[in-house]
Amino acid sequence: MGVTSTAPLLQVNHLKKYFKTPRGTLHAVDDVTFTLEAGRTLGVVGESGCGKSTMGRAILRLLEPTGGEVRFAGEDVSKLSPAQMRAMRTKMQMIFQDPFSSLDPRKSVGQTIAEPIRLHRLIRGKQERQARVLELMETVGLSERLVNAYPHELDGGRRQRIGIARALAVNPKFIVCDEPVSALDVSIQAQILNLMKDLQEKIGLTYLFITHDLSVVNHFSDDIMVMYLGRLVEKAPSEDLFSHPTHPYTKALLSAIPIPKLHRETKRILLKGEITSPIDPPNACRFANRCPHATDQCRQQEPPLRERAPGHFVACFNQ
Amino acid sequence: MAVQAAAKPASRDARRHNSQMYDAMRRLAQNKTAVLGFIIILIMILLAVFADVLFNYEQTVIKQNYAEMCQGPSLAYPFGTDELGRDILARVIHGTRVSLSIGFAATIMASFLGGAIGAVSGFYGRRVDMIISRVMDMLMAIPGTLLAIAIVAALETSMRNLILALTISSIPKFARITRGAVMTVKDCEHIEAARAIGARNGTIIIHHVLPNCLAPILVELTISVSFAILTISGLSFLGLGVQAPRPEWGAMLASSRTYIRDYSYMTFFPGLAIMLTILAFNLLGDGLRDALDPRLK
Repeated sequence: MGVTSTAPLLQVNHLKKYFKTPRGTLHAVDDVTFTLEAGRTLGVVGESGCGKSTMGRAILRLLEPTGGEVRFAGEDVSKLSPAQMRAMRTKMQMIFQDPFSSLDPRKSVGQTIAEPIRLHRLIRGKQERQARVLELMETVGLSERLVNAYPHELDGGRRQRIGIARALAVNPKFIVCDEPVSALDVSIQAQILNLMKDLQEKIGLTYLFITHDLSVVNHFSDDIMVMYLGRLVEKAPSEDLFSHPTHPYTKALLSAIPIPKLHRETKRILLKGEITSPIDPPNACRFANRCPHATDQCRQQEPPLRERAPGHFVACFNQ
Repeated sequence: MAVQAAAKPASRDARRHNSQMYDAMRRLAQNKTAVLGFIIILIMILLAVFADVLFNYEQTVIKQNYAEMCQGPSLAYPFGTDELGRDILARVIHGTRVSLSIGFAATIMASFLGGAIGAVSGFYGRRVDMIISRVMDMLMAIPGTLLAIAIVAALETSMRNLILALTISSIPKFARITRGAVMTVKDCEHIEAARAIGARNGTIIIHHVLPNCLAPILVELTISVSFAILTISGLSFLGLGVQAPRPEWGAMLASSRTYIRDYSYMTFFPGLAIMLTILAFNLLGDGLRDALDPRLK
């Protein structure tokens, strides 16, 4: 449509999400800026509580951002009225982490998949809608006979397929995937990932793929961004990040991936020190307390995100 | 052979997919005491509906007949006659109509109003919840029966005011139960999923939150009917409820208690009716609680 192939589909500028807690302001997502081009997959990695899921939800305004802007196809999503935002949801969708709690237990598979179509009045006729539901079920690899089944009768993999079908029902362009496979068995994980990859090729979807599983993200993403305590610390094309990790945190993170090889000498970087509290964090690098290379500068100033090599962004003074 | 082969896939397609509610009802049907309670309630409802077919209201239920007064149970009058010569069986059956209709009407109104208040309070939280909860706490601090007495005494006794009084005194219970259930359900991921596909708050509450809160509300509904019926009888016993000559169990107890030494059957049958009704609703309520409790699955 209005988007040319060079303009990014998603542009996130200085996105912030703070939570008020009794002990102070928790900076869950702090000043995150990145762009994502149409048809690509951006992997978001980081440890639990680093703000990856919060960022995904703030982009979709499932949580209201505290500051910053989210531009989707040039339009500032964070300034849309509630009605405009509902219409926008046909373009941006989400796949949830836990397929056991993300489906309404009182609704059958067919009802769950049909709901977004009904809400946005995409297809009026009852029979046409049913046909579309069956088509979507086929797309995600669900047998037609399950249309009247309830979620509690199905296993995790099938439930996650329902979640994917529900997200696809409105023909979105962009999907936030919040750890879509972390609740599944390893054998099922591959099936779901392959399905998502196929869908991306077929429909031209753009994914923001949130995960803590580095081996998953490597095969799945074009670019990877690493988050630490609400901050973007490194962003690079996947291969580049895995071959030349630059930020000390990324290095430590990558060294923790188990490699199934015998007699191989592994040099795991073990991090020491206290994790900086995300509540009212000091004006310093948030990784400084655990960083083996930290200098006084790191403890007095926040390192800005700089482009070290084309497409490779790092927030570190020493690299 | 060919027939068998054709029948097989058909039977697989025909396999029923049961909703959780359907499963719960099947568990309920296996609970003997709950079924007993349900059967008693069903019989009472039928008696209430067909009361006019069984006994003429003008001729048998309220017409005084001094020739037949104070007769013990017999074939002609299975429950005997009261001090004004009226058939007690006829009056007990017509009394079912009064008790059940007021009980159901008040409970259903209270469940809708209380449910709506509780849903709003639990879903929106924060200040809305704070204000609503404090108002409900205030209402709850007054015993239900006392509140009903006060309302009826202030507004004069009539069927309408009786229903109003019972509704108001039942609202806080429904509000509190719904609020609690809504608060646990609203943080589920499927509520967030509904928001992500673009559902409005109202749609989310009605289509996603409340259906998942049905279990505790349904249990409270049955328990609340029995409370309402007991309160009607209590109010009528005190002369604040249903007025003579309209037959009501509590009023019947009140008028016949003078004769309890000589004609104990006069108090026995209305009392039995109250007891059976309350028992039936409580048995059904307990059965529902067990059948709907997901922890037992």
